[in-house]
Amino acid sequence: MYSIGIDVGSVAAKAVIFDGKNVIAKKMIPTGWSPKESGIALYNSLLEHSKIDKNNIRMIVGTGYGRIALPFIDHKVTEITCHGKGAHYLDADIRTVIDIGGQDSKVIRLDEDGNIKDFLMNDKCAAGTGRFLQVMAHALEIDVSQLSDIGRGAEPQNINSMCTVFAESEVISLMASGASKESIAAGLLQSICKKTYSLVSRVGAESKVFFSGGVSKNLLLREYLSEKLGVEIITSEQSQFLGAIGAAVIGFKK
Amino acid sequence: MRPAIMEEVEALRGINSVKIKEASEAGKKVVGMYCVFSPQEIALAADAITVTLCGTKQEPIEDAEKELPRNLCPLIKSSYGFAVTGKCPYFHFSDVLLAETTCDGKKKMYELMGKIKPMHIMNLPQTAQGEEALELWKNEMIRFKGFLEKQFNVEITDEKLKSAIKLMNRERSAMKRLHKLNAHKPAPMTGMDMMLSQWLKGFNVDKEAGIELIERVINEVEEQMSKGIYAFDEKAPRILLTGCPIGSGSEKVLKILEESGASVVALENCTGYKGLDVMVDEDIDPITALAQKYLSTPCSCMSNNNGRLDLIERLAKEYQVDGVVDLTWQACHTYNIESFTVKNFVKDKLNLPFLQIETDYSDSDAGQIKTRVEAFIETI
Repeated sequence: MYSIGIDVGSVAAKAVIFDGKNVIAKKMIPTGWSPKESGIALYNSLLEHSKIDKNNIRMIVGTGYGRIALPFIDHKVTEITCHGKGAHYLDADIRTVIDIGGQDSKVIRLDEDGNIKDFLMNDKCAAGTGRFLQVMAHALEIDVSQLSDIGRGAEPQNINSMCTVFAESEVISLMASGASKESIAAGLLQSICKKTYSLVSRVGAESKVFFSGGVSKNLLLREYLSEKLGVEIITSEQSQFLGAIGAAVIGFKK
Repeated sequence: MRPAIMEEVEALRGINSVKIKEASEAGKKVVGMYCVFSPQEIALAADAITVTLCGTKQEPIEDAEKELPRNLCPLIKSSYGFAVTGKCPYFHFSDVLLAETTCDGKKKMYELMGKIKPMHIMNLPQTAQGEEALELWKNEMIRFKGFLEKQFNVEITDEKLKSAIKLMNRERSAMKRLHKLNAHKPAPMTGMDMMLSQWLKGFNVDKEAGIELIERVINEVEEQMSKGIYAFDEKAPRILLTGCPIGSGSEKVLKILEESGASVVALENCTGYKGLDVMVDEDIDPITALAQKYLSTPCSCMSNNNGRLDLIERLAKEYQVDGVVDLTWQACHTYNIESFTVKNFVKDKLNLPFLQIETDYSDSDAGQIKTRVEAFIETI
């Protein structure tokens, strides 16, 4: 028997199949404009890709902001609980999860059993999230995945605005004044680092600290954060799937 | 099952506004009040009607922002918006307004509002501790009494004050009994209905009829309880909601909590139980008794405000709560800062899960709040 965890986020929809021990298949697609349709497409293609019969799926748990739009799931659980369980599955010693996704960032504190002790989420604006980096990368005419490599080694520009709209104007002014792309990229990552640091400081960062969500793929940001917090920050190839994995783990136990 | 009498309570929405018009046209004086610090008794002793004008709706905020900064608490903007747009019948029919120097935002807004209607401002001390604070507040009671006597050309005697005190104590004790019904596990009433009953009563023209209605609500709820009918089942997590005031139109967080399966059993805020906890002493000089009662209100505008922690602790035990949610309106500095103290107290001293939500009256962040609330409930 298997369980499926499906995490429909603001930018990407992720799903995994779990056999009680291992993640045996995973898939990610862009969420696009309809969380419902992308959720259904993702579910079908995951089944097809894994060649697992629908009848052997015992439980489907949905999470992420799109969870309310999925007609085929058995349960919905918030991404906060799912990230906690997902992190605990990957490494039972994880006590803090920093998750920065497309439109929100959160910090989750866990106990030894992967239960949530405390959590904090950013408020309703996109400051310090993946969306912020996407908009800024666009202004710099680079892909968001290049920010880390381009910024490495550069002296970061000071970027004061946290608001995505104002920061974009600030970036454009900096470019006009002749600042290098490299220094602006580094400055943007520093500004996310500061914002995340203040969020993390409110609940504390107990080791091990795990970094998840799409933004965790940014190596330079991870280094900045690790330095600022004074702790080692780990991540995993599967970090973007953390919510989906947590959902599947919860589903398997239900 | 919702008590049938809640329909009668909800009907007050329409009835109250007609009644206030009729009363005003019949020559009755109306005193509009903004806060739980307002001594209603003094206005009642002047034979006036009291109404609560504290703004709880998003609707007039846009108009308020023409004159007030955007980055201000929604309650202040809503209250001012209703005053400038004339969209609130209770403001319209108020002959005079009473306000207090509670928080900075309110007292500066009142300077502007005072240009629209005759307004009396009571100078609230910044602390409830010490003889001097009480003396000051007593003098403020006397000043307000003088204001009303002059405005309405009446004499407010000690006898009239004493009978107003008795009436308000009866109202408080009826409301208190209503709240205490939800100390039962499972709770017989939703937090939404509890809030609504108290909020609608704030516009009630006839105090006696209001008390009578609340008593009938209590009777019906008790009857349902005797038949085993409750608003939630035994397993629903029981929440104490503290923080900024709420009312119809600003019930977002309360509603999301209950839609997510929590039973909001205790409303510690000033639109809930806070103002009901302490009665006015009927056996001493009425002005001193009023000053004592109102100064004891554990509001975050006081420094310090340890009384709030004591009240949270008492209610948490009495209502057998499983978690505490602290609602703070954006730009409400006093409640926002105090939330850190409350969080530490609730987590370390009471050993209960704690969630702070900072928001405004709009629905723009309802999705994010729902996620936070659901996650909070999942941790309980």
